[in-house]
Amino acid sequence: MPLIEITNLCRKFGNLTAVDSLNLEIGEGEVFGLLGPNGAGKTTTLLMLTTLLAPTSGTAVVNGYNIALQPDLVRKSIGIVFQDPSSDETLTGYENLKLHGLLYDMPPDLREERIAEVLALVDLLPRKDDLVRKYSGGMRRRLELARGLMHHPKILFLDEPTLGLDPQTREHIWDYVKKLAREKKITIILTTHYMDEADRLCHRIAIIDQGKVSVLGTPRQLKQEVGGDIIHLVAPGCNPDRFRDLPYVKNVREDDDGISITVQDAARHLQEILKVAGPVDSVEVRPMTLENVFLHHTGRAIREGAPEGSWADKAMQAGARR
Amino acid sequence: MSDLRGIYALWYREFKVFQRERSRLVASVANPLLWLLIIGGGLGSVLSFGGINFLSFLFPGILLQTALFSAVFFGVYIVWDKKIDFLKEVLVSPLSRTSIFVGKILGGSTDTIIQLAILFVFGYLFSLTNIITGISFTPVSVAVAISFLFVTTVGLVSIGLILGSQMESPEGFQLVSSFLVTPMFFLSGALFPINNLPGWLTPFVLANPATYAVDGLRGTLVGLHQFNIGLDFLVTCIFAGVMILLGTYAFRHMRL
Repeated sequence: MPLIEITNLCRKFGNLTAVDSLNLEIGEGEVFGLLGPNGAGKTTTLLMLTTLLAPTSGTAVVNGYNIALQPDLVRKSIGIVFQDPSSDETLTGYENLKLHGLLYDMPPDLREERIAEVLALVDLLPRKDDLVRKYSGGMRRRLELARGLMHHPKILFLDEPTLGLDPQTREHIWDYVKKLAREKKITIILTTHYMDEADRLCHRIAIIDQGKVSVLGTPRQLKQEVGGDIIHLVAPGCNPDRFRDLPYVKNVREDDDGISITVQDAARHLQEILKVAGPVDSVEVRPMTLENVFLHHTGRAIREGAPEGSWADKAMQAGARR
Repeated sequence: MSDLRGIYALWYREFKVFQRERSRLVASVANPLLWLLIIGGGLGSVLSFGGINFLSFLFPGILLQTALFSAVFFGVYIVWDKKIDFLKEVLVSPLSRTSIFVGKILGGSTDTIIQLAILFVFGYLFSLTNIITGISFTPVSVAVAISFLFVTTVGLVSIGLILGSQMESPEGFQLVSSFLVTPMFFLSGALFPINNLPGWLTPFVLANPATYAVDGLRGTLVGLHQFNIGLDFLVTCIFAGVMILLGTYAFRHMRL
């Protein structure tokens, strides 16, 4: 029995279909990634699963509860870290966590214990009594992560959990997410447009494009399905079509700086490819990544989506409050 | 009830923010004091109603003015919470929408009641120094006045929250709320007695719930009133009750 079961979930905003007949099953203890460019419908899906947005049609069952009929019970089972700043900057870090503990009806002892635990985890203990206004964007993000984890939800939703964070903090958060899934058996659903993040963290990934699942599987499966390696040629005057008929070539793409050829086994076929190509300026063999998988399935690079305001911008906007 | 801690959480947040924003408190108390001393003092030199000096006549009106502006304006903070994701953090918690509304009312009312209490203290000091005469500061009159102010404030905070839950921008909130608050203030009898108004004005005054709060307050503090004080209190309570119901409905159907 899956922990989350999404059936024909749709959400329209006027003429725009943000989520289009989504069907997914997510099992207990799974770290599941919704991967896609900005505007693909990931956040909209998350808002519906967390009962903050009503679906236009279709439904979902979260932890055995229907999102439309039993929203209160759904909310008791979940935690969420939003994409935009959602802490009160006129309060200190500690006070924001205390507020969260109270909202989730935690008794004082447990609350204090958890606050200390999560603050230590995100390295904010020394700054806990500073106003959030004085935090950097990264610190604020860490605080909100700590908050989402504080009540040990059965299912944790992370909306772009490491957006705008430095590499060190990202590693730290990834480690913790893995640990949570492994030791506490928390089911984690995260959205991301970082391929490496999805690859490192997720047991299974759904690549979402224009509100639909375009492909679903483990990162390994997805990469294997697309197959092999990529040979990248910079060869002006070389027609990419001449590679298409070769039996071991799976895909040929022309991009700004050259031609990308997906082949079964680059080490074996490199020489033949070069022979067909004729004179080349440079050649490079790249391992298959999720970036290529995405490209393969959607025909577009993931960063081509409509740009959104960065997290840091939103934090600045929020600063204008009061 | 498992929502009690959550309600306390919302109150706790509003109170902390209020404590930290000293300038807000100073401005919100200084403004009505200026009204009282300058308008009241100035007109008081030539005006009195029913044997009561205008300055004393104005004091209950100024209390209502403070409650009105401070409490309705409180609704703007929910618009700000919407602009960032803080409101989502609250809405996604297990707390019911009704409890969220109750927590917000308590938070907003606390802010307003503290301001009113400070004005009361100033009124008492002015009384002691004979700047204002004729206001009765007995334990009973103060208790009744505070009851009036509390119930009125709860109703007015609800109005602010209802508006805030429907509005998208703080600028829009300012426009709509001042469109509502200004006539409520001028038509309440806070500034003038309502027994001799031109006929066309009377229905507006009678339909304004703030009228009964002012009448009750003035009856209690300076002994001048048009209606039975029990009736005043009843109307004020009904007003607050209706606003709470409307607010609960508005919060249940609030969109993000």
